[in-house]
Amino acid sequence: MTQTLARYERYLSDLRGLPPAGPSWLQQTRSGAVERFSELGFPTARRGNEKWKYTNVGPIANTPFVYPFEASANGLAPADIQRVVPWDDAWTNLVFLDGRYSELLSSPRSADGIAVMSLGEAIASGDPDVERHLAKYADFDDDGFTALNTAFVADGAFIRVPDGASVDTPIHLVFLSTDRGEPTASHPRVLVVAGAGSKSTIIESYVGLQSNRYFTNAVAETVLLEGSQIDHYRLLLESDDAYHVGTARVRQCADSTFTSRTFEKSVGLGRYDLSVLMDGPNASCNLSGLYMTSGTQHVDNFITVDHAKPYSTSRLLYKGILAGKSRAVFGGTVWVRKGAIKTDSMQSDKNLVLSPDAEVDSKPALFIYADDVKCGHGATAGNIDKNSVFYLLSRGIDLETASRMLIYGFASEIIDLVRVDSLRDQLERLFLESLPSFKFEF
Amino acid sequence: MATQKVISRQTGVEDTQYKWGFEFDYESDVAPRGLNEDIVRLISSKKGEPEWMLEWRLKAFAHWNKLGNEEPTWANISHPPIDFQDIIYYAAPKSQKDGPKSLDEVDPEMLEAFAKLGIPLEEQKKLSGVAVDAIIDSVSVATTYQEMLLKAGVIFCSMSEAIKNHPDLVRKYLGSVVPYTDNFYATLNSAVFSDGSFCYVPPGVRCPIELMTYFRINELDTGQFERTLIIADEGSYVSYLEGCTAPMRKTHQLHAAVVELVTLDDAEIKYSTLQNWYPGDKEGKGGVYNFVTKRGIARGKNSKISWTQVETGSAITWKYPSVILQGDNSVGEFYSVALVNNYQQADTGTKMIHIGKNTKSTIVAKGISAGHAQNTYRGQVKIMPTADNAQNFTQCDSLLIGDQCGAHTVPYIEVRNSTARMGHEATTSKVNDDQLFYLQQRGISLEEANYMIINGFCRGIFKELPFEFAAEASQLMRVSLEGAVG
Amino acid sequence: MTQAHERNGTALLEVKGLRVSVGETEILRGIDLTVRKGEVHAIMGPNGSGKSTLTNVLAGRPEYIVTEGQVLFEGKNILGLPPVGMDPETRAREGMFLAFQYPVELAGVRTWQFLKAAVDATREYRGLPQLKIREFDRLLEEKLELVEIAPELIKRSVNEGFSGGEKKRNEILQMLLLDPKLAMLDETDSGLDIDALRIVANGVNQFKGPSKAIVLVTHYQRILNYITPDFVHVLVDGRIVRSGGKELAEQLEEKGYDWVRESSDSPAAPPAAKVGA
Repeated sequence: MTQTLARYERYLSDLRGLPPAGPSWLQQTRSGAVERFSELGFPTARRGNEKWKYTNVGPIANTPFVYPFEASANGLAPADIQRVVPWDDAWTNLVFLDGRYSELLSSPRSADGIAVMSLGEAIASGDPDVERHLAKYADFDDDGFTALNTAFVADGAFIRVPDGASVDTPIHLVFLSTDRGEPTASHPRVLVVAGAGSKSTIIESYVGLQSNRYFTNAVAETVLLEGSQIDHYRLLLESDDAYHVGTARVRQCADSTFTSRTFEKSVGLGRYDLSVLMDGPNASCNLSGLYMTSGTQHVDNFITVDHAKPYSTSRLLYKGILAGKSRAVFGGTVWVRKGAIKTDSMQSDKNLVLSPDAEVDSKPALFIYADDVKCGHGATAGNIDKNSVFYLLSRGIDLETASRMLIYGFASEIIDLVRVDSLRDQLERLFLESLPSFKFEF
Repeated sequence: MATQKVISRQTGVEDTQYKWGFEFDYESDVAPRGLNEDIVRLISSKKGEPEWMLEWRLKAFAHWNKLGNEEPTWANISHPPIDFQDIIYYAAPKSQKDGPKSLDEVDPEMLEAFAKLGIPLEEQKKLSGVAVDAIIDSVSVATTYQEMLLKAGVIFCSMSEAIKNHPDLVRKYLGSVVPYTDNFYATLNSAVFSDGSFCYVPPGVRCPIELMTYFRINELDTGQFERTLIIADEGSYVSYLEGCTAPMRKTHQLHAAVVELVTLDDAEIKYSTLQNWYPGDKEGKGGVYNFVTKRGIARGKNSKISWTQVETGSAITWKYPSVILQGDNSVGEFYSVALVNNYQQADTGTKMIHIGKNTKSTIVAKGISAGHAQNTYRGQVKIMPTADNAQNFTQCDSLLIGDQCGAHTVPYIEVRNSTARMGHEATTSKVNDDQLFYLQQRGISLEEANYMIINGFCRGIFKELPFEFAAEASQLMRVSLEGAVG
Repeated sequence: MTQAHERNGTALLEVKGLRVSVGETEILRGIDLTVRKGEVHAIMGPNGSGKSTLTNVLAGRPEYIVTEGQVLFEGKNILGLPPVGMDPETRAREGMFLAFQYPVELAGVRTWQFLKAAVDATREYRGLPQLKIREFDRLLEEKLELVEIAPELIKRSVNEGFSGGEKKRNEILQMLLLDPKLAMLDETDSGLDIDALRIVANGVNQFKGPSKAIVLVTHYQRILNYITPDFVHVLVDGRIVRSGGKELAEQLEEKGYDWVRESSDSPAAPPAAKVGA
């Protein structure tokens, strides 16, 4: 235990340096989280730990990261950001530098009960929705990363869409790690409250500017009240040396619809742990992701859907393109609880392995405790079908172009799901540019 | 060593479904309860084993002690902790203590007992076309068709005999697929295994008949730890079947077996199991804990190992018959029906480890859950960087009968080769209402309609069984589901 | 109303004021229909009018909820589960046969085993001795020839990999084997080419007789060129809006369903036309 503590002492001393800001309920939550983190640490012991079977977080635990107490634009201009992340001036953009809200680079929106603002400000203003929902869905009892994030809760984004409101403009949250010359850690927090019958589109982008190692430990909590709809996009465009652990907890009430599209293009070691609780009848979620890994990248998508109530539907489709010495992990788990009848769930993970040194580990699991259900899953890994290659060759297309077309075709199934036109265009460019060069053997 | 006479044939447990639940009535040689080095030595000396065998057992026992009584916990099963010091590790019918002799010398009571199980051992009534090694508790009591097999050059005998008569083969292969360090139960088995079947098929020989081992746990509070080793030498073929039953007991019984299969170049082993250990009563009392390690290595090129299992018995089943596909072009297959009812739990599946080039594996697993039972398919497909053009196809389907049971699917897919192709598909549902209605509309009762659909669901697996046993498997399934459908 | 025939056969099926819902939606809104032995009734109507619901509820499909009305088969109540009514298999054994619009596929269930089990169950119920395998095979062979199904097909799983036409002919095969009193054919003609239609019609005409009755549910008049109905009923929005002889089908073919719909829209129109009631 003492050894564990020493390893994490850096975080604890940084925490002591944080001013005890915020109302008492938050201070209580935070101190509870500090305590839990100092007991748990990070999940470095993987023996028998199904959640971390294929991902080693030892490097994160062993790196002393500095907590940046202040955010500084450091001369960053909006143009610098737009170079590294999909951007549209028409969106409502909030920018966070090393986990801290940047007023200078953001265009917040607060009108008619709609809130798109800094979480720090929302806490300070005593917004009752913050107290009602913050730290209510992201349980840190057996999750060291979430405990650590919760311990550091000070800033981040708060989004509230009031009952019946429809927000047509996409809300874009950019979490940027700047170059501070030493390994830094940030703990961004996002809270989204979608009012009954509301509609909104949210984009979360995690981007890195620095070549140093850094660690982003993000937690997002989203609650969808009755009949609400959220289209959610999450982009992982961190630097190749970055560590990223993202935790998202979504609670869906009756008749709500949650759509999630994840695009992961760069990170050193990345994990996205998305868990959706279908907590009301007739809820539906549609989750998909595209991960493209190269070099020595390691990307782990750990997706859980929990059908707790009847008549709910889930669709999971994740696709990976692996090159170099990279490794991709997919852990998809669908739970159907006792009594959650008429659950309709389909889960699929498809992987293209383009290098003899790459590895994919896929674990699409089903745990079903109700009988009147229709559930399935599928997984594939390997190469493109030779017939498809031959078909293109027979039409006079050279092998390299044919390979490129087929790889892109594989990816585009996910990109085409993006419903924000300007985002889709930019993602298309981003992924097309960085397709691994590969020729199918024929 | 205590001697006890089992007087009653009744075990005091009422269960109309399990018709194999009666008890044999014979005198036994029973070791004292508990496990220590002396027990390991006792087992070895009871069997008159050579020194090298005892040493191996003791190494395993030392390793097991190091594991500190920590059973694996990752499986989706739950049971109260097992007191390994409250188990009897050796029991043998007394008349058999000198090992099996010719059939004429086998205790007539024993022959009668096996006949009652549907396994006639007497020369004139023998199961046609099947050579049977009958194992009760810890020892082999009879092996039929010995002469015919000998003529073909096939060695089929109890493990005890093999250790005495074919030490070179045993030393070469025992533990070569499942080392004594493999897992908690395999380690335990390596220390205390009492008997089992041994089979060696020489190069180029196609074993002329099916081989069968019939396992029977009889003694109260005994663990059964048998060890089976089958070697198919170059270009040979053997089909092997095991069947298992146990009397009904109110307490749980532990069965921790190890099976090792080895195929050399161009050889094939087909291994089929009808597992019908006592599953416990309707309230989940009693029943066998079936914690088994089964693994084959397709060592030679173009060799093939095929596992077919129909698992209807046991309170808990924990087994993953696996294939290491080492030889180029080797083939691994796993066909499984796992049926659980009442309070049974099963966590079963396979591992296919692709090492050689152009290796192929197929997994078809059908799970049926009824009552309050929980059924988990857990399977790993691992494709190593060396396994160019490896292929796997996996299909896992689960049927749920009633709203109190569970069906779970946990595949682990690990691909490290860009020329490999693997595909996994799984479905879970209840018996389709439209199908039931269609059959009912043709005058077929709801219960019968359920059986027909469930039988159809399993048909692809049953047809992989040796012909004589396909009908038996279908019958077994029906008996196990009694009261759950309709 | 046109009375096409003298109606002096025994009433086989009597449907009285039948109202049926699925979930919260009412599909049949008061059906009256009497079918006597020897009669052929055609029930026509546009898609979604409730035609399939009617035959399925008569056969006892569980998801339909009968909210009102009575159905007698040979004078015995069938609605509800025993002891009040009859479960689906009992209705079948009593002699009610439904040829499904979409025959289901039964993976792994061999056609031969299925047919034998159905015939055995039905014969046992009727107090007939079980057929020996050879007798059954002879009967099967004869019927197979009639519906022109290749004997290889019965070795396969039920309806699995069957073409649309093969599935429909398989339904007729089952009808001939089980020898019911009332055959309800639900859109058996849909999706059939002209040859298959002829085969199906031929099978039905073989079955026809003074002790049998047929209820033909169809969207198109085409099959009525092969199987002549004694009565034609038009079902619209869950009600029989018009009944007549076979000339009604011809009128429908000519004028379309809008014609009956318009003429029945007035509130004064009777809720359902009663035939021979």
